Amino acid sequence: MTYAVFILFTLMALCGGVLVVTQRNLVRAATALVLSLFGVAGLYVLLEAGFLAAVQVLVYIGAIAILIIFAIMLTRRMVQGDESGLNRQWGWALVSAVVMFALFCYVVVKAWPLALGAVSAPAVPADSTEALGLALLDWEQYVLPFEIASVLLLSAMVGAVVIAREKHDS
Amino acid sequence: MNGFDISNLFLSIGQVWTEWLLQLGLSAGWVSFVNKLAGAVLVTAFAVGTVVFTIVGERKLIGRIQDRLGPNRVGPFGLLQTVPDVLKLLTKEIITPANADKVLYSIAPMLAVASVILIWGVVPFANGVMGVDLDIGALYFVAVSSFGTLAILLAGWSSNNKYALVSAFRVVAQLISYEVPLVLSLLVPVLLAGTMSMNGIVQAQAQGWFVILAPISMLIFFISSTAEVGRSPFDLLEADSEIVAGYNIEYSGMRFAMFFLGEWIHAFTICGLTATLFFGGWRGPFVDQVPALGVIYFLVKMFAIYFVHIWIRTTMPRLRIDHLLDFNWKFLVPLSLVNLIVMSLAARLTGMPRADAALGELLPYWGVLLGVNVVLAAVTLYVLGVVGSRIRRRQEAAREPEPAVTGP
Repeated sequence: MTYAVFILFTLMALCGGVLVVTQRNLVRAATALVLSLFGVAGLYVLLEAGFLAAVQVLVYIGAIAILIIFAIMLTRRMVQGDESGLNRQWGWALVSAVVMFALFCYVVVKAWPLALGAVSAPAVPADSTEALGLALLDWEQYVLPFEIASVLLLSAMVGAVVIAREKHDS
Repeated sequence: MNGFDISNLFLSIGQVWTEWLLQLGLSAGWVSFVNKLAGAVLVTAFAVGTVVFTIVGERKLIGRIQDRLGPNRVGPFGLLQTVPDVLKLLTKEIITPANADKVLYSIAPMLAVASVILIWGVVPFANGVMGVDLDIGALYFVAVSSFGTLAILLAGWSSNNKYALVSAFRVVAQLISYEVPLVLSLLVPVLLAGTMSMNGIVQAQAQGWFVILAPISMLIFFISSTAEVGRSPFDLLEADSEIVAGYNIEYSGMRFAMFFLGEWIHAFTICGLTATLFFGGWRGPFVDQVPALGVIYFLVKMFAIYFVHIWIRTTMPRLRIDHLLDFNWKFLVPLSLVNLIVMSLAARLTGMPRADAALGELLPYWGVLLGVNVVLAAVTLYVLGVVGSRIRRRQEAAREPEPAVTGP
């Protein structure tokens, strides 16, 4: 049963990913990205990381995907039929994609044959969300990265307000 | 099986049902699968089924408040009015505009309804009687709500109609803005209960409902979730007495109705959430002895809040778009930020009371939190008064002097 759900979510993530790069229409591509991100959130649920799954949906679908769609809709013409999937950076993109793929192949071959089921993962602690929260605010663990990220987001927010502010020159 | 315990009716039914499935020869894994499926169907059926009654109830109630009779032709007292309405909607032609994005155009209404029904998965009807007791229930609620925003954006864009698109932008601007105070005020019950589980939040209210401990958070939550539904006084985007329609202008038939189905479900869903988070959910007299009573308490509370919601809907005038956004960004967001800081400090200073604390021990805890809220409300009203009168004076100074009346 878990395998069936796993395959469903994996298909969602992969099909969404393929659609993102093959769709000529940018809004449809962004919507396919939502599908892909949702599939990944489902995989998190299967890994019993409910908190991560909810944050994935909240941040990536609720905020980032909507922001992307918003930006596309405001900057492009309304229904732009065909648009080339390539731009001037296609060469670099090709190089990085090939390098990444080679890296993945290397890792998979190295780990082959995959010992499915032989490695039993330790049980997920019931209070993993609480442990995560404590680790983020623990003085000896991740409080500095956490605070730096917070300050970065805050300054980005202030910057956005400054840019969006109407100029009163009169 | 140790007898059919009538006092815990719903869990007993579940137990009998599970044992019956096991006797049929299903393996434990399949029984769990069937149970989860049945739970999903039941929760969805509750949400959609309740709409049938709330539509008639709300129309009757609005009619009474506006000194009319309301629907009174179909069935006794017009109670069956929804049936012909639904039949009409189901039989209407579903039109897809030319050059619309067909896939997204048909997905959007489904997504709009699904995002609201998904919330019901974590709302506890009684102790343990709920879809699933997630330990991140409150976060889950915020996460699935974001699908609603996506649905509206997609509906507006895929219709291939510039008015629909502009309206979708306006709606999304409102929804995203009011999400901020909604989440910030939702954090206060989570903070006081020390858990994000919805059932845990209800259980934590044994030491006093959070509406007593955090009334300001309750008001912010209720106001901003009303704005999330897009109901009066926040309904200027869909003002059906002024403009044709918004993002759903191209939709017809049942697809059109799906958006309204979503809105109607959302309307009583936020009331159920307010009841759960602030009014003790299934808590009430004798609920520890007879857990099944919790369902009744929860529904009574939910519909009592729903009554207030309709009351506000029928009596408040519409806000203007700049007032709407100003009210959010210049009032609700700062207030909810200050409220969150003050409440966390107060809760930290008083400390959580023990689970078996006597009334005498609880009174100082209640007093401190309630007192903090009253002080905060007084300061807020004072600041509002000062700022308001300053703005008014500036406006009056800027206004051109009226022409002197010259006699004939």
